[in-house]
Amino acid sequence: MYELDWSSVRPALPFMWEGMKVTLKITLTAMSVGIALGTVIAILRLSKNGALSGLAAGYVNLFRSVPLIMVLLWFSLIVPDLIVRAFNLPRMANVNVTSSMVAFSLFQAAYYAEIIRAGIQSVKAGQMGAAQALGMTYGQAMRLVVLPQAFRNMTPLLLTQTIILFQDTSLVYVAQVRDFFGAATIVGTRDGRIVEMILFAGGVYFLVCFALSSLVKYWQDRLKVGA
Amino acid sequence: MIDIRKVSKTYPNGFQALKGCSTHVDKGEVIVVCGPSGSGKSTLIKCVNGLEDFQPGEIVVNGISVGDKKTNLPKLRAHVGMVFQHFELFPHMTVLENLTVAQLKVLGRRKDEATERGLKLLERVGLSAQASKHPGQLSGGQQQRVAIARALAMDPICMLFDEPTSALDPEMINEVLDVMVQLAREGMTMMVVTHEMGFARKVAHRVIFMDRGEIVEDAQKEEFFTKPRSERAQQFLSKILHH
Repeated sequence: MYELDWSSVRPALPFMWEGMKVTLKITLTAMSVGIALGTVIAILRLSKNGALSGLAAGYVNLFRSVPLIMVLLWFSLIVPDLIVRAFNLPRMANVNVTSSMVAFSLFQAAYYAEIIRAGIQSVKAGQMGAAQALGMTYGQAMRLVVLPQAFRNMTPLLLTQTIILFQDTSLVYVAQVRDFFGAATIVGTRDGRIVEMILFAGGVYFLVCFALSSLVKYWQDRLKVGA
Repeated sequence: MIDIRKVSKTYPNGFQALKGCSTHVDKGEVIVVCGPSGSGKSTLIKCVNGLEDFQPGEIVVNGISVGDKKTNLPKLRAHVGMVFQHFELFPHMTVLENLTVAQLKVLGRRKDEATERGLKLLERVGLSAQASKHPGQLSGGQQQRVAIARALAMDPICMLFDEPTSALDPEMINEVLDVMVQLAREGMTMMVVTHEMGFARKVAHRVIFMDRGEIVEDAQKEEFFTKPRSERAQQFLSKILHH
């Protein structure tokens, strides 16, 4: 019977915290950029202009039809080189984290876009009409009247998507990025305690995600009372 | 003030919502548009500020052609007030914010100016005490009065009402009609889609009767109520007046 030995965890905590910072950095960047870009894609997709809506639909379908891990690999193979050239960085500069953030942002934008599109459609059409009847342009009506209501309705879904994103960031190991999960495996391999380290990492992922899910549930209940 | 010339509208599925409608609303005039449901009255009134497009035909509001591609519709709409059947207040804003948002963002008024104008109009519709509440906390009648105040805050040159009392409980209809009657008596140019014939009798100058996308009757109020020419208008009146 395998004897669990947790003695590696404690001394590795500072190292793993460094990894957690990378995980959080990728998650928060991909969330902000993904939601901003997703909003633009959602609005384009709802546009009456066939070319624009087709373009947006193509983007969403492309990213939703390929495995995330492949997108990450492509980006880790191609984008670092591009970034190094574009910003004229020294040849060996480590831009793996940046390229992972770009990949996650673009990938997540497709998923956020679909949530945001549903959110915009959940706002009564009459609200757009009323805003325009007051002299607002389409853009003003979207920004001041429709989107604030849409985002309020879809905050739980956006948070849920972000929780999935937080878990998925562990895939960056394929791009040689040392995130929280990567740090755990490095320590585990070094000390021959890989089982314990992965169990510990899993526990941390569980705690963070469970706390966020509870927050989502609280939010949903609050929305019900408000409605 | 409003000139509607041979306006038609056909939906892509082939349904013809409007068939060659022509009429006009002069400055200071109050026009009531009535007719059975599905007769095109709401579509017609929404064409006046370009919320619905139409083809062919022409609508001219205050000298500006609504259907013209070059017309700056937001600019035109800023001065044409509209009140909707389902109020369409902005639920994420307070009552006062509902009254100030377009003044600030569309007319570019200063905050204190917009607030002062908003509060004054709330007082006028008897809702000063509700300024900091959200629309969801108000009754239907109160919400519709706020919606009227919101439109008035833009200093409109005319007001369009699209079945303003149809979604209200009976006991709340009068509080809204009272505000509208007062507005009419002050000389506001109004085009009102409604079944409230009491309102029409009290303040309308002319009554337009629509059926199946056509303007069937366009008559002075007295004439419309005493001797409607068309049979369809007679039938309609007998159904809504005697029960």
